[in-house]
Amino acid sequence: MDVQTLTYLIVGFTFALYIGIAIWSRAGSTKEFYVAGGGVPPVMNGMATAADWMSAASFISLAGIVSFVGYDGSVYLMGWTGGYVLLALCMAPYLRKFGKFTVPDFIGDRYYSQAARTVAVVCAIFICFTYIAGQMRGVGVVFSRFLEVEVDTGVYIGMAVVFFYAVLGGMKGITYTQVAQYCVLIFAFMVPAIFISVMMTGHIIPQIGFGAELVDAAGNGTGEYLLDKLDGLSNELGFAQYTEGSKSMIDVFFITGALMFGTAGLPHVIVRFFTVPKVKDARVSAGWALVFIAIMYTTVPALSAFSRVNMIETINGPESTGVAYETAPDWIKNWEKTGLITWDDKNDDGKIFYTAGAENEMKIDRDIMVLATPEIADLPAWVIALVAAGGLAAALSTSAGLLLVISTSVSHDLLKKNLMPNISDKKELMYARLASAAGIVMAGYFGINPPGFVAAVVAIAFGLAASSLFPAIIMGIFSKTVNKEGAIAGMVTGLLFSASYIVYFKFVNPSANSAENWLFGISPEGIGLFGMMVNFCVAFAVSRVTKAVPQDVVDMVESIRFPKGSGEAHDH
Amino acid sequence: MSFESNEKAEGYWRENLRLVLGLLVIWAAVSFGCGILLVDVLNEIHFMGFKLGFWFAQQGSMYVFVALIFVYVAKANALDKKYGVHED
Repeated sequence: MDVQTLTYLIVGFTFALYIGIAIWSRAGSTKEFYVAGGGVPPVMNGMATAADWMSAASFISLAGIVSFVGYDGSVYLMGWTGGYVLLALCMAPYLRKFGKFTVPDFIGDRYYSQAARTVAVVCAIFICFTYIAGQMRGVGVVFSRFLEVEVDTGVYIGMAVVFFYAVLGGMKGITYTQVAQYCVLIFAFMVPAIFISVMMTGHIIPQIGFGAELVDAAGNGTGEYLLDKLDGLSNELGFAQYTEGSKSMIDVFFITGALMFGTAGLPHVIVRFFTVPKVKDARVSAGWALVFIAIMYTTVPALSAFSRVNMIETINGPESTGVAYETAPDWIKNWEKTGLITWDDKNDDGKIFYTAGAENEMKIDRDIMVLATPEIADLPAWVIALVAAGGLAAALSTSAGLLLVISTSVSHDLLKKNLMPNISDKKELMYARLASAAGIVMAGYFGINPPGFVAAVVAIAFGLAASSLFPAIIMGIFSKTVNKEGAIAGMVTGLLFSASYIVYFKFVNPSANSAENWLFGISPEGIGLFGMMVNFCVAFAVSRVTKAVPQDVVDMVESIRFPKGSGEAHDH
Repeated sequence: MSFESNEKAEGYWRENLRLVLGLLVIWAAVSFGCGILLVDVLNEIHFMGFKLGFWFAQQGSMYVFVALIFVYVAKANALDKKYGVHED
């Protein structure tokens, strides 16, 4: 069977599975729609959280980015896993004990203020929308490459599928669908990584092969270690050393921090820990989520290193002078057709050649690394089909999770708690579904007309989460003195500070976006950590000079600090 | 109030904070410390074919993160039992 038929079969089968699960676990009430009836076991919840977390961007792009920037890529690896430690230790158990549905619920109650709730709702909706903008594009790209349809058609198909199960199923449907999606995506990611690790180093476990000695085609050791070879190649071709990177230390520090604290402030991640039966389960759920995420995130850098060596060697050949275009492998020609690889024979020698600097003849898009790996390594056709299904699983699960938070924020936080408090359960559910539908249409719009700055927008989402929601939640749990005025002032200044810094360098004056103009050498990607510190300082300062926190709120803070008496997640 | 006395409530919270802070120190040490601030020093050391600082940044810190959460879960559950504030 050819790749085309296999892709239809595997993708078709996985879609049938997701839709089947969505129908089987249809939500009947608002509570089931929002939090799956509080009845999801921790391991399952961890798996679903992992699928929710790992978007098309991590599945398709992350290994490619790390492959091109080496050590600098560590900011994403540590940043997007380290946040779970904060979630497990400082947030999940307490928010579960608090026992309501959403982040704005907590901020509104803890800071006894409608204004604080509204600020939180606005942050949550904005963060989710910036996030989802990139997701539908991911679906479209995968469809267009493997099903040979237009990107736009791919986006429409993706919209229809997400709409079907997110809108009908609600949280319960999504949770179980995401469990299935996790299994598909992790299998699809690991199979090519294991294949390529065995081929290059003889180790089945890519994390070990990453540091191992390279082997030749016959399986005999060559005496050269993968990473030494990679550093050697980078030196020879004029790139920064793979294991050292080129970003300044302070920038690496701040970006890592902004991503970690941003992760712990993302509403669609936090809401996950409301869906487990007990406080105990909230703690361990975060642990399971990180286990399932780490399986992929520790494989990513290994895959990056393998494909970097493979790519340079196939393009430049054994002599490192380039290979003749006619004898170049098929994957180069296949991807040339998509425009994601371009060859410009600058010295007219008929050979392709990849290097840093002016003699470089190859333009290679980072995003193709994962999708192209099975082809570069000459793996069987079913593996290529599997990777397509994995990319789709990643994109769909993340979109569905985000849509749910958008719909909850609109129907529950904005309408029920703000604009129309007397709304009935049934009406609320209807508005939730309408909001999901609106979210899908918007995401689809951005999928078809991509803004061209998806990466920048995602950085904004993390920076804003780190500098607005994260400090408000942490102070709400660990301090009894931070009051309404302090929290609102902190959120607003943190948010405005980070947002204006990012907007200035990314949109207003992009030509000034370089280290000498940055505050302390911190890039816009990392400014969220600084914004977070600003938020904490402002909140404590303002709280000192304004009215103390009322006694009933102090009692509430005391009661969320221990697990006993948690009960089910409830509305009121 | 689910604690027998105010002292117990404060004791529980103090122990809980000590546990969380201790684990967060390790969390910061492996990522911000070994993976970023000390990376050049540690890169002089070789470990299973890796430069050690690079290994912490791209592998080691993530393994430690996972371990930290499970240590926290075990210790926090034990603490709840000790003070009788666990769920039924």
